[in-house]
Amino acid sequence: MAERLLTVDTLSAFHGEAQVLRDVSIDVSVGEVVTLVGRNGAGKTTLLRSIMGLHKNTRGSIALDGTTLDGKSADKRARLGIGWVPDDRGIYATLTVEENLSLPPVVDKDASWSLDRIYEQFPVLRERRDFPGTKLSGGEQQMLAMARPLRAGSRLLLLDEPSEGLAPVIVSQIGQIIRDIRSQGVAVLLVEQNVKFASTVADRHNLLAQGEVVESLDNDAFQSRTTELLQHLGM
Amino acid sequence: MSAFIQYTLQGLATGGFYALAALGLAVIFGVMGVVNFSHGAMYMLGAVGSAVLLDVADVPFWGALVVVPVLLFLFGILVERLLVRWLLALDPLYNFLLTFGLTLLIVDLVKRRYGVSGLPYELPAGLEGRVTIGGLSLSSYQLFAAFFSVALCIAVWLLLTKTRIGMIVRASTEDAERTRALGINVGRWVTPVFGFGIALAGVAGVLAAPFRAITADMGSNFIIILFAVVVIGGLGSILGAVMAGFLVGLVEAYGQAYAPSYAQVLIFVLMAAVVLVRPAGLFGREEAS
Repeated sequence: MAERLLTVDTLSAFHGEAQVLRDVSIDVSVGEVVTLVGRNGAGKTTLLRSIMGLHKNTRGSIALDGTTLDGKSADKRARLGIGWVPDDRGIYATLTVEENLSLPPVVDKDASWSLDRIYEQFPVLRERRDFPGTKLSGGEQQMLAMARPLRAGSRLLLLDEPSEGLAPVIVSQIGQIIRDIRSQGVAVLLVEQNVKFASTVADRHNLLAQGEVVESLDNDAFQSRTTELLQHLGM
Repeated sequence: MSAFIQYTLQGLATGGFYALAALGLAVIFGVMGVVNFSHGAMYMLGAVGSAVLLDVADVPFWGALVVVPVLLFLFGILVERLLVRWLLALDPLYNFLLTFGLTLLIVDLVKRRYGVSGLPYELPAGLEGRVTIGGLSLSSYQLFAAFFSVALCIAVWLLLTKTRIGMIVRASTEDAERTRALGINVGRWVTPVFGFGIALAGVAGVLAAPFRAITADMGSNFIIILFAVVVIGGLGSILGAVMAGFLVGLVEAYGQAYAPSYAQVLIFVLMAAVVLVRPAGLFGREEAS
C-alpha cells in the first residue's frame, strides 16, 4: 500500500446558509490518480477550493502527509506542495508563458522540473515562451496550467476539469500527461464530468452527488458499472 | 501651429501628473482591491510638502523631488499598517469610506495650519525661463515635467515588467486569490505597494507645485479627474492608467485652449464615450463570459 498523501476527513462546507459538502471523506496516496465525478453543482470545485484553502467556511479536517492544513493560508498550502490547476486554467494575461511558469516559488528542489525539462515535454510552450499566457490555444493553456505546478515541484495536483472544452485529440494528450505525472510519483486529485476520460487515467473514483460521496470504487468496478452509476448520478 | 505644440506640451506635463498618480491608484487597487479615495489628498500633500519644506528648511525643488516622495512612502506605510489593513477582509466599500474620511481629515488639518489661500512656490532653479527649439518658445519647466513623468513611468514600467517583484505585482493585480493559491504570500507585498502608490501621488504633487496653485483643496478636483482616468484606461490595467493619464492631460489642455468653458466637461464626455464603446476601459479586459 502506497504512502497516503492527502486525507480529507468528514469535511463539510457552506456557502452562507447553504451546505454544499456533507461529511466528505476521501484520500489520495503517492503516485495515485483519484477522481471526483459528479454533476454540476455537486460540490466538486468547492472541495478542491477547500483543500487549497480558498474556501474557508468549512468543518472537518484536511491533512497533507500527516500534517494538518486546517487554519493554514492558501499560499502556505501551496508551499507545502499542493498545486492547483483551476477549471478556468488560471493563466495570467499580463504574464508571458515563461513568467506564468516561473511565478510559483519552487517548493521542492528535487521534485521541481527545470524550464528545459518542461520545454522538452511541451515543445509548444518553448515556441511561445515570450507570448502573453492567454494568447495560447485552449489546449496549450491547459498544458501550461499543468506544467506550472510541476515546475514548482508540487507533490499533489488538484486538477479541475482539465478536459473541459478541448478537442478529443488534445484530451488524449492531457490524459497521457496525467499518466506521466503519476509515474513520477505525483498524486493527482481529478475533478471530471467526462467519465470516459476519467476511466482512462484514474486508479479510483469517488462519486459525488449533492455534496455527498455516494460511492467510492476502483477503476475496474467503475468501468464495469459505468452506465448504472451515471444513471444513479443523473448524468 | 506653434500654439498647438505649446498646448500639447502643457497637456503632456499635466498628463504626467495624472499618469503617475493613476499608476499608483491602479497598483493599489490591483494588489489590495482598495479604491484609495485619499489619493488626491496625497497629491496635495506632495505639493504642500514641497512648499513647506522650501519655507521652513530652504529645501529647493530638487531636494523636495526626492524627500517628499520618501516621506509620503513612509506615511503611506503608516496609513496601511494602522488603518487600511484592518478593513481589507471586509467589503471594499469600507476602505473607500475610510480613505474618504482620511481625505477630509488631511485636507482640514492642512487648512487649519496653512489657511485656504495658495502657498507660494517658484519655478526651480535652472528651469525658470523658456527654451527655443526650432523657432518655438517653450516653458523649460513644462518640458522638464513632461520628460520627467514619461521617464518615471517608463522606469516603473521596467520595474513591473523586468523584475520578480514586478511579476508578483502584475500577477496579484490580475488575480490576487489565484496568486495566493500558487504559493505567493500576497499579503507581504501589500504594505510596500500601498506606500509606493502613495509616493507616486506625492511625486505628481511635487511636480505640480511650481505651476499649479498650492491649496488644501487642490486634491479634490484632482481625485475626480483621476477616477475618470482610471475608468478610461480600464480599472486594474497598469498600462491603461498611464496611457489614459496622458490622454486626459492632452484633452484638458486642448479644451482649455480651444473651448475653455467645456474643458472639464470634455474629460467626462471622453469617459462616457469610452465606457459606451468599451465598458471595461481602453486597456481593461472584458469580463470573461
